[in-house]
Amino acid sequence: MSKLDAKIPEGPLAQKWTNYKDHQKLVNPANKRKLDVIVVGTGLAGGAAAASLGEMGFNVKNFTIQDSPRRAHSIAAQGGINAAKNYPNDGDSVYRLFYDTIKGGDYRAREANVYRLAEVSNSIIDQCVAQGVPFAREYGGLLDNRSFGGAQVSRTFYAKGQTGQQLLLGAYQALMRQVNAGTVKMYTRTELVDIVIVDGKARGIIARDLVTGELTRHFGHAVVLATGGYGNTFFLSTNAMGSNGSAAIKAFHKGAMFANPCYAQIHPTCIPVHGEFQSKLTLMSESLRNDGRIWVPKKKEDAEAIRAGKLKPTQIAEEDRDYYLERRYPAFGNLVPRDVASRAAKERCDAGFGVNSTGLAVYLDFKSAIERLGKNVIKARYGNLFQMYEKIVDEDPYETPMMIYPAIHYTMGGLWVDYELQTNIPGLFAAGEANFSDHGANRLGASALMQGLADGYFVLPYTIQNYLADEIRTPRMTTNEKEFVDTEKAVKARFDKLLSIKGERSVDSIHKELGLVMWDFVGMGRTKESLEKAIKRIAEIKKEFWSNVRIPGSNDGMNVELEKASRLADFIEIGNLMAHDGLNREESCGGHFREEYQTEEGEALRQDDKFAYVGCWKYEGEDKAPALVKEDLVYESVKMVQRNYK
Amino acid sequence: MENTINLTLKVWRQNGPKDKGRFETYKVENISTDSSFLEMMDILNEQLIKENKEPVAFDHDCREGICGMCSLYINGRPHGPDDDVTTCQLHMRKFKDGETVTIEPWRAAAFPVIKDLMVDRTAFDKIIAAGGYVSVSTGGVPDANAIPIPKVDADEAMDAASCIGCGACVAACKNSSAMLFVSAKVSQLALLPQGRVEAKARAKAMIAKMDELGFGGCTNTGACEVECPKGVSITNIARLNRQYLAARFSE
Ligand SMILES: Cc1cc2nc3c(=O)[nH]c(=O)nc-3n(C[C@H](O)[C@H](O)[C@H](O)COP(=O)(O)OP(=O)(O)OC[C@H]3O[C@@H](n4cnc5c(N)ncnc54)[C@H](O)[C@@H]3O)c2cc1C
Ligand code: SF4
Ligand code: FES
Repeated sequence: MSKLDAKIPEGPLAQKWTNYKDHQKLVNPANKRKLDVIVVGTGLAGGAAAASLGEMGFNVKNFTIQDSPRRAHSIAAQGGINAAKNYPNDGDSVYRLFYDTIKGGDYRAREANVYRLAEVSNSIIDQCVAQGVPFAREYGGLLDNRSFGGAQVSRTFYAKGQTGQQLLLGAYQALMRQVNAGTVKMYTRTELVDIVIVDGKARGIIARDLVTGELTRHFGHAVVLATGGYGNTFFLSTNAMGSNGSAAIKAFHKGAMFANPCYAQIHPTCIPVHGEFQSKLTLMSESLRNDGRIWVPKKKEDAEAIRAGKLKPTQIAEEDRDYYLERRYPAFGNLVPRDVASRAAKERCDAGFGVNSTGLAVYLDFKSAIERLGKNVIKARYGNLFQMYEKIVDEDPYETPMMIYPAIHYTMGGLWVDYELQTNIPGLFAAGEANFSDHGANRLGASALMQGLADGYFVLPYTIQNYLADEIRTPRMTTNEKEFVDTEKAVKARFDKLLSIKGERSVDSIHKELGLVMWDFVGMGRTKESLEKAIKRIAEIKKEFWSNVRIPGSNDGMNVELEKASRLADFIEIGNLMAHDGLNREESCGGHFREEYQTEEGEALRQDDKFAYVGCWKYEGEDKAPALVKEDLVYESVKMVQRNYK
Repeated sequence: MENTINLTLKVWRQNGPKDKGRFETYKVENISTDSSFLEMMDILNEQLIKENKEPVAFDHDCREGICGMCSLYINGRPHGPDDDVTTCQLHMRKFKDGETVTIEPWRAAAFPVIKDLMVDRTAFDKIIAAGGYVSVSTGGVPDANAIPIPKVDADEAMDAASCIGCGACVAACKNSSAMLFVSAKVSQLALLPQGRVEAKARAKAMIAKMDELGFGGCTNTGACEVECPKGVSITNIARLNRQYLAARFSE
């Protein structure tokens, strides 16, 4: 078993990052120009990294599957971004943000990484303001903050309900400035389809031009994957339609470890599923839980009448409502972390108190907030979200409570990286949601944007130099080397194979089948039996896919079905990894809830003596079960305790 | 309440930028009025795949009105017959049973068709690259609260910054002008002290790029504002013109 070295710097927690920076290797300006860095992804992580590396003088090639870097999935983030500024003077600090993140992650994240994240969080806000990001402000002209789940302080900066959009546009504009300066070359509508390894190091990628279908080879002294999360394994998720896990799977097949695949976050406040033709689920920002109160009817007969369309929620008297989060968790109330809120909703619906015709929904009610603050204040805070809800559901949330239900939203698992964000393949780095590093078993709200930008602006541009400093003598490759030629051949063979199947079923129909298996057996509540069943079912789906998928058209020119098929083949692999990891992890923690391991009150029950490690999976070959490799989590600063939000 | 409708679709099909293109007619049945327009397109594509035909290519990603990727011209209106929404947020309850729906790509010289309903909007990226940013590099910037910004200015900047770069304004304009798009970015940055430093040069550079890329001039018809899914206001164009004139004068 190979050993995983996280390369955590020496010294006390609070000094590690400073010590690292003081002693790391740097690349001098003249040499930077000679070094090529491939950055895959233009989201917060990739966009920020590519822009920063370009500014430093590296020669950057940046790839995205969208038609413009500005459309990366980060654009959709609504609620906000955390930082330890303590502007509201409510007792926040770097340590507290670090501690909340560790605790929120249910003690399954690496201390040193999380501390560094909290440490650089303040620089992110400074940077964004300097770029012209229009964060919300108070009347005095200073920045406004709101609170988010899992925290007792207000540390979330926001730009209306469009924070991700504004942060991404800031990064995008910085990136376009570098494109203009010639330091970054942009490849839009271009998909990484494999990674090229030469003498054990990542040296480039094979990409597919989505418009022409052409395969191209690209050399880089280092390759950064900032390709986002794999939530779409479930078919229905809050992720954009194009979000995918393919780059991570390509890396996995080349020997990179996939860490904690089973840690997937189910977000409590999404618009419920309405029909089988549904293509995606829409998130209603968690920030709504600041002012909205979550409830279901107290009486089963009321719930039944609502489901049958005979009763309206507004007709249920106050005393007949069960504000179950406030009841169960008086200290945090509606602001408990996402995993806790999601499971509590499922618990009520499973017990027969759910609403909507399907019985799979709970109410998020703004009545008391509107009474307390007035409609205008609520409108100013959440206007665009209310409008979004109304356009989809055709009901006015100012008048009647919203209906919400949990949906898959974010994946904490991802490529294993060390302190330097380097995978176990030298020269291959992973940033943003694509890596596993900072959120443990559960991510707190407003922390993904923070992590993406931390990685992209302030961590990777430093740590990658420690690697590149030893590469200044490596000449650029021509991409006619055997490794490039062979990898391209293998990619072409795979696409030809997909097109030659000519079966009966559309890509989406198989993807939906996979999604249902994931939701039913690898979803909010998992058991040994369900996970074993999932592994069996996923193997069947894989067989069905590779023998019966139908992809019209050819490989010449744009072929959307071919793109989707290629990504689905990889989602099937990820589904399998998630099930294996979930089966191995005989405990409940954060987003991973094994029904066998719960407290009497139904809370997640960790098994720290057995599972205080990162579960890393190594590829063992086609159709073989992956092998487990562990990185032990050593806590020096925080004591692992049972999470308590009561 | 759920209802279903049947529709006749006239869809623009075009193999590539050089193909002449033509309308094809399809029928879709039992479409739930609760489904979104793009879900209806998914159903059409499933149908085509079943018949072993090539599905219709169209752009989309977030499906919640924020990425700006979706871009259909539906019954003669960019983003279709509803106000303040993108195509992906348009729902089938806006259509009547038996209706014929015409679906076309954005039509503008600066946005060539890639395939079917997909167009190339990289011209927008080029305009931003010409100056749509504040020239600061990562690190070494002042504290975020060092410069207070009046709330009204911040809010107004935010409204301008809401532009999603979809291109509906260009598609709606008889001159294919990109003025609303350009003015949104120029305004956002000119309203903030961080962006004010370069305001004039920015306006000039972005307009020069816009002209170079084949977008038309603005004749104040206001069609862009009506069709903008994010309610970006044409008062931004007035602000842009002020910046631009100031830049010309200070030459
Ligand atoms: C609806 C929604 C709301 C959210 N709200 C919040 C919030 O309020 N606060 C918060 O902190 N977090 C939020 N999140 C989470 C957060 O938005 C994401 O985790 C984060 O933006 C991910 O950023 P990223 O840079 O890692 O990846 P992404 O933004 O997903 O970018 C991935 C990039 O990789 C590219 N790519 C992918 N595969 C390939 C390939 N094979 N080849 C080439 N390019 C490829 C894509 O084109 C894209 O450019 C939200 C998420 C969702 C879904
Ligand atoms: S101004 Fe409006 S219509 Fe034009 S690109 Fe921006 S959002 Fe789209
Ligand atoms: S698909 Fe993103 S705005 Fe329509």
